[in-house]
Amino acid sequence: MTQPTDRRSVTPLTAVRLVALRELNTRLRTRGFVAGTLLILAVLVGYLALQASLFSDADRTTVGLTGQAAAIAEPLEQGARQLDEDIRTQRVPDVEAGREQVRAGELDVLVSGSPANLRALVKTELDPQVRALLSGISQQEVLDAKLIEAGLDPAEVMSEVNSVRVQVSTLETPDPERGQRLVVALVMLGLLYMSITTYGSLVAQGIVEEKASRVVEILLSTVRPWHLLLGKVIGLGLVGLVQLAVLGVSGLVMATSTGVLTISGVATQTLLWGLLWYLLGFFLYATVFAGAGSLVSRQEDMQAVLTPVTIVLLVGFLAGFAVIQEPEGTAAVVLSMIPFLAPILMPGRIAAGAAGWLEIALSLALTVAAIAVLTWLGARVYRAAVLRTGSRIRLRDALRG
Amino acid sequence: MPQRTLEIDSVSKRFGDVVALDSVSFDVRPGELFGFVGSNGAGKTTAMRIVLGVVSADAGEVRFDGRPVTHEIRTRIGYMPEERGLYPKMKVLDQLVYLAQLHGMPPNEAHRNAETWIGRLGLTDRRADEVQKLSLGNQQRVQLAAALVHDPAVLVLDEPFSGLDPIAVDVMSDVLREQAASGVPVIFSSHQLELVERLCDRVGIIRSGRIVACDSVAELTSSAASQLVVSAPAAPPGWAAALPGVRVVSESGGSTVLELAPDADDQSVLAAALATGPVHEFTRRKASLSELFRTAVAEGAIR
Repeated sequence: MTQPTDRRSVTPLTAVRLVALRELNTRLRTRGFVAGTLLILAVLVGYLALQASLFSDADRTTVGLTGQAAAIAEPLEQGARQLDEDIRTQRVPDVEAGREQVRAGELDVLVSGSPANLRALVKTELDPQVRALLSGISQQEVLDAKLIEAGLDPAEVMSEVNSVRVQVSTLETPDPERGQRLVVALVMLGLLYMSITTYGSLVAQGIVEEKASRVVEILLSTVRPWHLLLGKVIGLGLVGLVQLAVLGVSGLVMATSTGVLTISGVATQTLLWGLLWYLLGFFLYATVFAGAGSLVSRQEDMQAVLTPVTIVLLVGFLAGFAVIQEPEGTAAVVLSMIPFLAPILMPGRIAAGAAGWLEIALSLALTVAAIAVLTWLGARVYRAAVLRTGSRIRLRDALRG
Repeated sequence: MPQRTLEIDSVSKRFGDVVALDSVSFDVRPGELFGFVGSNGAGKTTAMRIVLGVVSADAGEVRFDGRPVTHEIRTRIGYMPEERGLYPKMKVLDQLVYLAQLHGMPPNEAHRNAETWIGRLGLTDRRADEVQKLSLGNQQRVQLAAALVHDPAVLVLDEPFSGLDPIAVDVMSDVLREQAASGVPVIFSSHQLELVERLCDRVGIIRSGRIVACDSVAELTSSAASQLVVSAPAAPPGWAAALPGVRVVSESGGSTVLELAPDADDQSVLAAALATGPVHEFTRRKASLSELFRTAVAEGAIR
């Protein structure tokens, strides 16, 4: 038996570090973490591959031409080029075969009839651009006939008509990367929602585990509640950060190397912003999850106290889709300023290139302030509730101490 | 007070309207095994939790080595809570090393001590198993190791013997004796009074939040009324009822148990017994701790 000496003081830093290290060790080593990360990565790859094929296929319209209509192939493709529409034409032997191809989805439109009297067959509805093009061709045909009737040369008249164009001036240069930015923003939205929900829930789960197994009584006889809570939050936060970074970097590398993304600069920037907002969002929600978790003593009761918190996150996630569609709108700006939603919405707006520096700074400041308040509240609830086992504790009682 | 004494000084605690502890005072001296006994709900666990700072006292003070127990001193206490608790999914060795480090031990020493206690408590084959896969008896051993792994300066054990098989009881007893012999004040609560009587240097009896007796077992039992066992087969029923200072506790098959007032003369009892015929047994018996405990608790019920 050694005589106790002064080396026996556990500094707060040591206590927090030890608790955090235990969380890192027990989580990172588990098969669940590795399997989970790989699964999400697979989903991510699948989504990117889908996006890649959608990019190349979605806007292409395949038009089948049969009979006399075969003559409009040239003017149709030319008109499509002017409208920046991707239209491919192909010959179809007869209407019956074409009808089958439309039904099977191999053709988008089957056109038959004479150029002056075109008939289009589609599965459900005709793309308005294609409709306009086809109508234009028919009208041109009729117009040509009328011009010839009037003794004029259609080619001459049309070259004169075609030379008249509207003068366009733009206030802002169009962003050719917009589509890709949206994809990046969507991926980031999903990853952030998933990471904050998952690792926030893990904080609550860990606290309930310690309460249920009663190990918390031994821990609190040597560690202060606040240090135990902080160590747990930091440890799990880092596990989540590692996972998000692994997913982000590998997703980025794959998307760039396969050519799905050509804007690696924007994507890298988004990833870095995403990691920062993940940390903010995680710390914002972690102590709320911790306070909620400390109110119950059994895993079975946990869902009930966590639901209100996860619902707020879900609302943020769903609002994210709308915000990303129109990232400059007033609603998007306001929503992304609310601290509870900012960590999920702001990175998407930044990725879409819609958030100004002032807006970013303001929402950062608001979120940090909210973290301070919620950490104080969450820690207070945790300290009051963590040693009370048995039935669920009411939030009001826990806040009263 | 001698050095390295754990003093509980006028500690009170209420939970709502319930008085859990009412100005409880006692001390546990270095090298001493102190038994803490009382009925369920008498306040043993609350007192121990207050020593560990897991519950805060409303009034009073806990001191160690003459100084109030602070958070720093608590890290040097070895604690076994009534509700056993370890991380179910953590391996035995990892768990002990972690707890030793949380109590301020450097990693190397934590490892060494964990291995030592694992070997000492016969858990060597189980050291890499998750705690939840161990039998209840083995989980208890890990729990004891968790209380000892950081070389505590004080041991506070709540019901350390409950749920142990006889061999584990022996191991636990040996460990506690050895810890006390090395100068550590050891306090433990138990309902196994024979065990407390055999092991402890001093005993504190708590009833409804008050200490009603606190002394060595010998002192406590000697001051109590003593009993006589008289075996006189020929004696008629009620033969001893009229003797002065004597109360008949039980009478069956010629064997009579009598309780003597401290000033009563046992020789006159013997003479009375011999007057009825042959006497096969005449034994003076000291009250056991169990009897003492029942008396102490019964007094409370009457009061």
